Amino acid sequence: MSKAVEMTGAEMVLQALRDNGVDTLFGYPGGAVLPIYDEIFQQDDVNHILVRHEQGAGHAAEGYARSTGKTGVMLVTSGPGATNAVTPLQDALMDSIPLVCLTGQVPSALIGSDAFQEADTVGITRPCTKHNWLVSDVNDLSRILHEAFYVANTGRPGPVLVDIPKDIQFSTGTYYPPEHFELKTYKPTLSGDADAIAAAIDLMAKAERPIFYTGGGVVNSGPDASRLLRELVELTGFPITSTLMGLGCYPASGDKWLGMLGMHGTYEANLAMHDCDVMINIGARFDDRITGRLDAFSPNSEKIHIDIDPSSINKTVQVDIPIVGDVTHVLEEMVRIWRSRKEKNDPKALKEWHARIDEWRARDCLSYTPSKDVIMPQYALERLQELTKDKDRYITTEVGQHQMWAAQYLKFEDPNRWMTSGGLGTMGYGLPAAFGVQIAHPKSLVIDVAGDASIQMCIQEMSAALQYNAPIKIFILNNQYMGMVRQWQQLLHGNRLSNTYTEAMPDFVKLAEAYGGTGIRCHKPEELDAAILKMIETDGPVIFDCRVANLANCFPMIPSGKAHNEMLLPDEATDEAIGSAIDDAGKKLV
Amino acid sequence: MTKKIQSGSAYFITRDTETPRTHVLSIIVNNEPGVLARVIGLFSGRGYNIESLTVSETSHEKHLSRITIVSSGTMQVLDQIKKLLERSIPVHKVVDLTLLAEERGHDKPIERELALVKVAGLGNDRLEAMRLGDSFRASVIDASVEHVTFEITGKLTKIEQFIQIMKPLGLVEVCRTGVASMSRGKEGM
Repeated sequence: MSKAVEMTGAEMVLQALRDNGVDTLFGYPGGAVLPIYDEIFQQDDVNHILVRHEQGAGHAAEGYARSTGKTGVMLVTSGPGATNAVTPLQDALMDSIPLVCLTGQVPSALIGSDAFQEADTVGITRPCTKHNWLVSDVNDLSRILHEAFYVANTGRPGPVLVDIPKDIQFSTGTYYPPEHFELKTYKPTLSGDADAIAAAIDLMAKAERPIFYTGGGVVNSGPDASRLLRELVELTGFPITSTLMGLGCYPASGDKWLGMLGMHGTYEANLAMHDCDVMINIGARFDDRITGRLDAFSPNSEKIHIDIDPSSINKTVQVDIPIVGDVTHVLEEMVRIWRSRKEKNDPKALKEWHARIDEWRARDCLSYTPSKDVIMPQYALERLQELTKDKDRYITTEVGQHQMWAAQYLKFEDPNRWMTSGGLGTMGYGLPAAFGVQIAHPKSLVIDVAGDASIQMCIQEMSAALQYNAPIKIFILNNQYMGMVRQWQQLLHGNRLSNTYTEAMPDFVKLAEAYGGTGIRCHKPEELDAAILKMIETDGPVIFDCRVANLANCFPMIPSGKAHNEMLLPDEATDEAIGSAIDDAGKKLV
Repeated sequence: MTKKIQSGSAYFITRDTETPRTHVLSIIVNNEPGVLARVIGLFSGRGYNIESLTVSETSHEKHLSRITIVSSGTMQVLDQIKKLLERSIPVHKVVDLTLLAEERGHDKPIERELALVKVAGLGNDRLEAMRLGDSFRASVIDASVEHVTFEITGKLTKIEQFIQIMKPLGLVEVCRTGVASMSRGKEGM
């Protein structure tokens, strides 16, 4: 631990990174951060990873953070560097990813003069960070940096930004080590209210049709949260579903697992949510992709909601027992009380509930019509799952149909193995995120499941992957459409496919080779396994151009404005059903 | 058990039928650059109303400012506003003074506003304006033979009424401070 010493602002940045346990950061240099880059050059403790675009730095830091549980760090210059960071900042805000963004700023004396590469960075990023700071005195810099890390990775994690004018980086001041900083105004509640927890357990013990509905908060709370969740599911015997962000907290192979819920969730998960009598929401936020039509959302249940953010409680769905606290703390209490409790659920009722769920499960909502001639996207992911399931595997995705198929057909056994842009839905997230994951886990198999449209949004990070010999595998489900947008045009706009067909597609194999990586293309179902195995065995980055059925759509689906029990299933999704699935009110929704 | 009202989000199909209420929020914040933008941005970014806003430093030594916001919405919205403000890092404390008054069995919190009202006119109009100013206990802080400027303090209704009355007498312009508010009784917020 360092002592209070004199140093320059740029030295303070590096010292603060070291003192906050950072060994890796992602960044891109520029005029307003040159003093910091000069310090980076002169030390070995903190490893700087050079990306090709600031957005890539942000998503890479997010992938790094999500897969390790540590705080991601990015460093960019003023003006365009900072504005390019806005997308990952908002992405991290929506998905509660701890991210510290350091930006250079023009010298203090020039702020407000429309100087070269000046932007009002704290103004622009105020609504897309948990908090941000403009440093006006070098003597405040170390405190602000320590506060930034503290705010980013405590409570509901999120992005923060520290804007450091260039003159502050050059000037000398006192560096204070991060002795426990107590922010007077910021004290997240960790342990849940004991009475509320007791009431929740009472309600759970009397439930006849209970369900656990879990989310990304379980991942954020750390590995203990997942362990305790599994224990609680085992003890209670309740069925469990999860949001997109929470996949892996409960193993997909577990016998109480219903699959993901929500707009493209499974039939059994959504119907169980609709028909349950007690819902236990653990670290999820009743997102609109989950609830569907709110006034018909799980109409007959009493709801328990565990969330570390008080403003998530009663935001969209009124709950009966709110518990503000950290998932690990609350689950620990719940497990303890449940164990000591004598009266438990009526076993007959629970058995009936599971039997009903099994009937829904038998509907086999993820079935699809196989093809011998073309690769169905679902088939491609089933084979990817089969051929990678025993590996030390991390999956990232871009955004669209491929993302939903990946969530449906890939199976996650552990938390922190699945990185996807859930809240913001950022196309272009997957490749840089995979790069960030691979930097954190150099020996692991890191796959970005991509679409042909999304992948082109941050394709430049292939170059970074080559530079750092990060052997990421980019598995493109190439249907030559922006598939999800097209699906919505079919549902909402009379199949008028406005601007969703990519007329000029790059040759992804040549593109991979141009970057110095390996390209693989596969058209035929019978050649798919061998091609996937070749991808896994190839050293270095691979772009896999998997040509899939062009017009396949993603089902099951809860159409906009509909309830959980009004799902559109694949075998019912005729052209006519798709055309009339959404009424006029629903068409106005997103 | 709480009453189930479901609103918000993209799936806001059923409109809230609950009538909106007007509440006064008192917010203690660090007096630091950008803090007002942070608070205001929260309202504009999420589509909440601001009917009145007053802000000033209240403790120089502790660098604290007090922001008073009058906002309207359903109870669910007002509760959400309070929780979002509390989540903001530079915010020390948020008190819904209207709710506090209800809890303490008071009618409403104390609410006062100051307005400067300029009226131009000659002869009888000017005399009438000054006579009315007197009866409203408005003080004359600037005057010439052709105009008079009042300073008036009081409840919103009184100020509104005074401004209405001045209109036919040559009202030129009005400047209002917004509502300053405090709870009744000896306890602080």
